[in-house]
Amino acid sequence: MDIALAITVGGLYAAGIYMMMRRSVVKLLIGLGLLSHAANLLIFTAGGIVRGRVPVVPNGQSQPITEIADPLPQALILTAIVISFAVLAFALVLIYRTYQTLGTDDLDQLKATDT
Amino acid sequence: MNPSIAVILPIAIPLATMAISLLAWKSIAAQKWLGLAGSVLLFFSAAALMWLVDRDEILVLQVGRWPAPFGITLVADRLSSIMVMLAGVVLFAVTLYSLATIDDRRVDYGFFPLIHLLLMGVCGAFLTGDLFNLYVWFEVMLIASFVLLTLGGERGQLEGAIKYVALNLISSAAFLAAIGVIYAATGTLNMADLAVKLRSFPDEGIVTVLAMLFVIAFGTKAAVFPLFFWLPASYHTPPVAVSAIFAGLLTKVGVYSLIRAFTLLFVTDLAFTHNLLLLIAGLTMVTGVLGAMAQSEIRRILSFHIVSQIGYMLMGLALFTPLALAGSVFYIIHHIVVKTNLFLIGGIAERRFGSGRLSEIGGLQRSMPVLAILFFLSAMSLAGIPPLSGFFAKLTLVRGGLETERYAIIIAALVVSLMTLFSMTKIWAEAFWKPAPQEARASLPARHDSRRGRIALFAPIVLLVTITVGIGVLAGPVMKVSYAAAEQLLDPDAYIDAVLPDRLAAEGDLDRQGKLNEQIPTNRNPSTLNGPPTSLRDED
Repeated sequence: MDIALAITVGGLYAAGIYMMMRRSVVKLLIGLGLLSHAANLLIFTAGGIVRGRVPVVPNGQSQPITEIADPLPQALILTAIVISFAVLAFALVLIYRTYQTLGTDDLDQLKATDT
Repeated sequence: MNPSIAVILPIAIPLATMAISLLAWKSIAAQKWLGLAGSVLLFFSAAALMWLVDRDEILVLQVGRWPAPFGITLVADRLSSIMVMLAGVVLFAVTLYSLATIDDRRVDYGFFPLIHLLLMGVCGAFLTGDLFNLYVWFEVMLIASFVLLTLGGERGQLEGAIKYVALNLISSAAFLAAIGVIYAATGTLNMADLAVKLRSFPDEGIVTVLAMLFVIAFGTKAAVFPLFFWLPASYHTPPVAVSAIFAGLLTKVGVYSLIRAFTLLFVTDLAFTHNLLLLIAGLTMVTGVLGAMAQSEIRRILSFHIVSQIGYMLMGLALFTPLALAGSVFYIIHHIVVKTNLFLIGGIAERRFGSGRLSEIGGLQRSMPVLAILFFLSAMSLAGIPPLSGFFAKLTLVRGGLETERYAIIIAALVVSLMTLFSMTKIWAEAFWKPAPQEARASLPARHDSRRGRIALFAPIVLLVTITVGIGVLAGPVMKVSYAAAEQLLDPDAYIDAVLPDRLAAEGDLDRQGKLNEQIPTNRNPSTLNGPPTSLRDED
């Protein structure tokens, strides 16, 4: 399972970076989205894949008795998903406004503010 | 009252100001006054924090009383308190300036609440003691800066914003991946706990890989070579007040994070990591200043100089002696004040001529002599002319380099310093000495600033110049503060003990575990240390 997830993470990174190399702004954004998915999945994999071991400490105990699935990475991912959702929503509006104002979605045309 | 409450005030005050300003959404005047009041409050809370940290060394607040490796920890040591103090100064100056310069439409769209949101992110990043929390503060800061950068929706702003947003999101993704891997390796994200665990981590290679991920993540935010391209493409596009606060604070959050990571977490492989940082520092200095020399617009020149000066800040970190690190801290103090100020001064010139291009402006020395003096002092300080603040910062760094016999970086630092002087004299000669071009003089708008408006424009500049000169005159005391901060940074045990007071009890366990690790290299996790359950990975 870990291997499959590791390959998926690698594939997502590769696809994300490939998309970001394209000239279209929309593809740039899709690439960024893929990149944040890859990072989230990486954290998920890093937390350990354990099936059916609920991280609940029984009543009267101070520690779990058996091995449990680590809940922290999942909490981290939730936070990261919410943040990347907000940021990508902003970026979507940004590229739309840019297209409206500048009339192009080609990154090679957006050079006026460069050196 | 518990003194550690002071740690959360620099985060709570901008949050409260933002919330109250949003309630006063309809009234522009109310938002302006609230913004000013919030900045004054932040300034005083930062001063109080600095005083308390000077007395108690390190203040720790366990949020929600969850003990250290489990909950979120807020830590204020000397460096954090200095940074928060500077953030308070810059916010106050920029708020005052923006009262006169930000148009009502932008205020109407929430300029002041956004600037306080930005400051909340900045102060949070300075004060947190938890890596994931640092990520969250970075994002708070980023989203506020995205909106501030694009607010107004002018062509240049949108173009610059696309680059700024894309490159910063890539760095966030790298940061997030680094967090995932470091958690998988150690089972903790609390910085003090990480420092303990990384020290006895059996596989040095993994630690170095992690260090490199953090160099990329923080290096992009700090705009180091070769990850700085978003900065000169975007910093000259928004209104001057926004440029100034970005220039003063945002890259410095990246520098602060690098300093924190490479004094507390990644100190096991100094020969590799810190030499790499030294190389990056040298290249950053040189490319930044070369970029600046090729520019002919005030704010573009200044933007490239930010990049160049980030190199100096990293130089002290890379040399890794108390003196050199004190030089870095001194440099940060000097740089934040001077850089913000130069942007504000450049803004007045742009405001007068409606352009920042050096070919389209001129004659300011005659028409605005006071501004000329203020610019001269700041520019000479940036170039490092004694007795102004930049001189002592660079002197300390160079002495740090001599102490460790790294002559190449010293030569780079001195040559870059000379080139900075050249590029400052270029602005001086073009904007101040040269007579104003004919067409600019013909189309010059009549002065329309009211008396109050002029006070709001000049008061922050005079304040910041006074601080610059003050740092130069009182270089001894400022150096003492920087040196104390540097010594504290190089003694991570004090930081760890403050955050994890129960560590000593577990220390014996750790030693035993360390020996166990030597004998049985497969047993990776010293899990007896009071961390969350980390042994999951071992079973598969």
